[in-house]
Amino acid sequence: MKTFAELGFPGRLIAVEGLDGSGKSTQIYLLKRWLELQGLKVFFSEWNSSTLVKNATSKGKKRELLSPTTFSLIHATDFADRYERQLVPLLRAGYVVLCDRYIFTAFARDTVRGCPPEWVRGIYNFAAMPDLVFFFKAPLEISLQRILDGRPQLKYFEAGMDLRLSTDPYESFRIFQGRILEQYLAMSADFKFLVIDGSEPIEAQQNIVRDLVAAKVDLRHFVPHKRYEKK
Amino acid sequence: MKAAAKPNLDRKNHQRRIIVPKCKPRRFYGQGVPGVNLAKLAGKLIVVEGADGSGRSTQIARLVEWLEGSGHATVQVGLKRSTLVSEELEQAQQGNILSHTTLSLFYATDFADQLENIILPGLRAGLMVLADRYIYTLMVRDMARGMNEAWLKNLYGIALVPDVVFYLNVQPQELIERNFAKNQALDFWESGMDLGLSRDMFDSFLQYQALVAAKFRELQRTYDFTIVDGHRSPDEINIELRDRIQSVLEG
Repeated sequence: MKTFAELGFPGRLIAVEGLDGSGKSTQIYLLKRWLELQGLKVFFSEWNSSTLVKNATSKGKKRELLSPTTFSLIHATDFADRYERQLVPLLRAGYVVLCDRYIFTAFARDTVRGCPPEWVRGIYNFAAMPDLVFFFKAPLEISLQRILDGRPQLKYFEAGMDLRLSTDPYESFRIFQGRILEQYLAMSADFKFLVIDGSEPIEAQQNIVRDLVAAKVDLRHFVPHKRYEKK
Repeated sequence: MKAAAKPNLDRKNHQRRIIVPKCKPRRFYGQGVPGVNLAKLAGKLIVVEGADGSGRSTQIARLVEWLEGSGHATVQVGLKRSTLVSEELEQAQQGNILSHTTLSLFYATDFADQLENIILPGLRAGLMVLADRYIYTLMVRDMARGMNEAWLKNLYGIALVPDVVFYLNVQPQELIERNFAKNQALDFWESGMDLGLSRDMFDSFLQYQALVAAKFRELQRTYDFTIVDGHRSPDEINIELRDRIQSVLEG
């Protein structure tokens, strides 16, 4: 399990992980702005999967056709598609690639659904490890509150309804998220997660994130090629 | 009015009782799929493997007829037949747009969907499940494209070990003639054109099929196939398959 740096890629991959409502998306956005404003080669992977794979995934979800095994496999297919067509070329081209979620989301979610953890990890072992993984650890209640306050329409699989934890989608979501958090915490040390306290103010968290990135990634290598020489 | 004919209960017919197969201990190749009670699978899983033109569908059609005539209910599965992803897989193949790992996982999804929705429920209900190809073709194709064998073994650790696996072995030269007779042309994927072995489709077909056959022989060491000589007449081949299935049923 090597990182992109260890594999000799010129690019670096930084991933954020955490529950919905942990604040990870805000933090990675601010990190992206910081790198962009320095004029560096940075790319935020928005997970554009090919229409083909996307169609299959959304059909499976809409019609509730997925079992834990096929849920896991179809998401692995989707990830492989993005990995091979987007991430690897960007990292070969020497970008700092920022990922909102990476393989650890699948590790946590599929394990909670009952797939054997070694099987899931084995499937994803074609993917290199990120150079940095930030884990935003917020108390479960805070994450839940941020998501559930708006009384959102929770989707069937998103709420973990397929696990038959509760007939109430909100209750099901709570239990499901609690179990995912347990899985994240259990793998935190194995994958050297940089744990950020998600209950701190946004600015305080961003300070730590930027310091760690500056300390661990030599940002001077990500200055773009000069396209035009000024006379 | 004549009285209705008495049902024919002569001795010969009477002796031919339908065999009621026994539940045998079963296992998955690896981790398996969650939530399956292996002790409750009464049916039998019969797999027929072989290249396009090796006679798989002919043999399966005959086996279905024979099994049903002998009193066994059947169901069939095959590659790219899942409700979940078959259409998308077909499109992916037409366009040759997905890279290896992606296509490989897409096929695994197709397999898993049929495993959980047709194969396992069928076996639970006591059916004879006939599989027109199984994980071996999928593994062999990927191995020919340089994918890691250990990775494939973990991925397909979800598969149930069949009761019997036949591999219809036919020489590439013979396959070519059968493919021409059937389709008037060679298939892009069956010729392994994506591998860049040769720009000449005829050459590529021969090289690719030889490569696939070699990979099958490699897998045969781990997975127990019955290799069947596919150069004989369909009748001769079918008799061999029936004999073997008969002994599985009598188990």
